[in-house]
Amino acid sequence: MNPDDDDVGHSRSGVSRRTVLGSTGAVAVAGSLLATATAADAAVAPDAVGAPVVTVRVKVNGELRTVQVDPRVTLLDTLRERLGLHGTKKGCDRGQCGACTVHVDGRRVLSCLTLAATTDGREVTTIEGLARGDRLHPMQQAFVERDGLQCGFCTPGQIMSAVGMVQEGKASSDEEIRERMSGNICRCSCYPRIVDAIKDAQKVMR
Amino acid sequence: MRAYSFTQPRSVAEAVAHGGAGTAFLAGGTTLVDLMKLNVMTPDQVVDINRLPLHGITLDRDGLHIAALERMSDVAADRTVRRDYPMIAQALQLSASGQLRNMASIGGNLLQRTRCGYFRDVTTACNKREPGSGCSALAGINRIHAILGTSDDCVATHPSDLAVALVALETVVHLATAQGARTVPLDAFYTLPGTTPHVENVLRPGELITGISVPRSPWAAHSLYLKIRDRQSYEFALASAAVALDVHRGIIRQARIAAGGVGTKPWRLTSVERALAGRPANADTFESAVGNAADGARPLTHNAFKPALLRRTLIRALITLQERG
Ligand SMILES: Cc1cc2nc3c(=O)[nH]c(=O)nc-3n(C[C@H](O)[C@H](O)[C@H](O)COP(=O)(O)OP(=O)(O)OC[C@H]3O[C@@H](n4cnc5c(N)ncnc54)[C@H](O)[C@@H]3O)c2cc1C
Ligand code: SF4
Ligand code: FES
Ligand code: FES
Repeated sequence: MNPDDDDVGHSRSGVSRRTVLGSTGAVAVAGSLLATATAADAAVAPDAVGAPVVTVRVKVNGELRTVQVDPRVTLLDTLRERLGLHGTKKGCDRGQCGACTVHVDGRRVLSCLTLAATTDGREVTTIEGLARGDRLHPMQQAFVERDGLQCGFCTPGQIMSAVGMVQEGKASSDEEIRERMSGNICRCSCYPRIVDAIKDAQKVMR
Repeated sequence: MRAYSFTQPRSVAEAVAHGGAGTAFLAGGTTLVDLMKLNVMTPDQVVDINRLPLHGITLDRDGLHIAALERMSDVAADRTVRRDYPMIAQALQLSASGQLRNMASIGGNLLQRTRCGYFRDVTTACNKREPGSGCSALAGINRIHAILGTSDDCVATHPSDLAVALVALETVVHLATAQGARTVPLDAFYTLPGTTPHVENVLRPGELITGISVPRSPWAAHSLYLKIRDRQSYEFALASAAVALDVHRGIIRQARIAAGGVGTKPWRLTSVERALAGRPANADTFESAVGNAADGARPLTHNAFKPALLRRTLIRALITLQERG
């Protein structure tokens, strides 16, 4: 996180967090349960009537979205259950597999450990926001060409993580790629082809 | 997950005004959100501190100052840290994953909770989670557990890599409450489990970590962090060593040594430091100096390998550091 995140939030969304949350940042308490994830997900199912709701204005893949969320709900569940973006996958839901990797303000993070309420004023990019129209992102293209997947479940997370990794600085060896991508587990063990794809993509990425 | 109220203050004064028993500050959330999902942490109030102006990595005459909300990845990549305090950058780089390091803060890192599987599982007895319920690890699976500083009530390790490097370098931690600010040496900040393993440090309810300071020293720039684990990356330490040496004309003037993965808190090894001082910096010295490193260890059913692993890890760290010159 950098110190001028707040400015990003203000200028791009045009909304001050203060006006949304009030001067102390205390949330409004609504009478109904507006925003919870699926009932099947016990971890976020509400257990108190009248749970507080937070208004979140967040740019997702370039588009400003406003959602009201229970402060317990993760960014992952918000993307999948509220915004209809199912590309981001839920593997472990515990920060251990990397399947849920997205970018927040340009940095790769785990959406399963990010509370949606903390993304107000931020910019989120998911796998759906990577291509430019019909043109795949170089990392997507490389995963296709190198066949960097089998079942594909980990792939959106692998690609988002790989793009973030290259943006942090290109890797100079296979070993370095493996180390810096170690937060993304692939049950099908496609690792050699994933490394090949990243090597291809980082040649053409800026 | 239990319901909680949620606030996003913008100043330290506002944040600590909210603080008290039942309050959890939210930084990166990589410990807190995980443990709230497991119902291991059940705060009434979550205070998101990410709007606070606790940023900055600065070097001055006194040493290195890192504000609490700096992220692990940014500190690891900082040129000053890498040049003047390499073991801090290495300890961070060897922690967690790229995504987690982008999220996790320095303050939160120091307060991460143990990875003892029973602590994370609310269906089992655990004195740390539920005082008086018993310790499932004592007679259970305890391979990753501690051998130093343990008690009959808890044998869990403190899992932070960063804290091991910081304790070796005599770091102090800056704290704030509504009543005022104070500074505590990190080594004294952490407490032993004793009969109260649910108490892990001297932090008061609602007290905020605002930052840390690492003093200047002749040894910090000549330092190394070595981490031994079950897989090569994205894993906690079975044993780790933070070693710093001030060597002049081949003779060790002073040493600073701490170990991770073996203690109930980051484990400073002053006996090894004393055994190194004044001796030639070579393998023979290292070998004999670490002889007593595991004195007082209480191995458990599955971790009897740890005293030897600790000694070998320390020797390898010292030799590697010396070879790097
Ligand atoms: C899969 C996985 C692997 C990991 N591997 C490693 C590893 O190899 N090595 C390692 O060292 N760590 C590892 N970690 C732990 C990780 O480093 C910590 O979770 C992280 O540093 C916590 O920082 P945070 O900012 O996310 O804290 P949070 O989760 O936001 O907070 C943690 C705790 O500190 C409190 N808190 C946070 N900031 C403050 C503050 N400024 N003042 C007072 N209280 C505060 C919170 O209330 C909470 O109790 C791993 C974590 C995961 C999930
Ligand atoms: S070792 Fe500590 S944390 Fe683990 S079960 Fe025993 S009391 Fe709980
Ligand atoms: S689903 Fe987030 S890391 Fe596994
Ligand atoms: S392609 Fe199946 S988990 Fe990676």
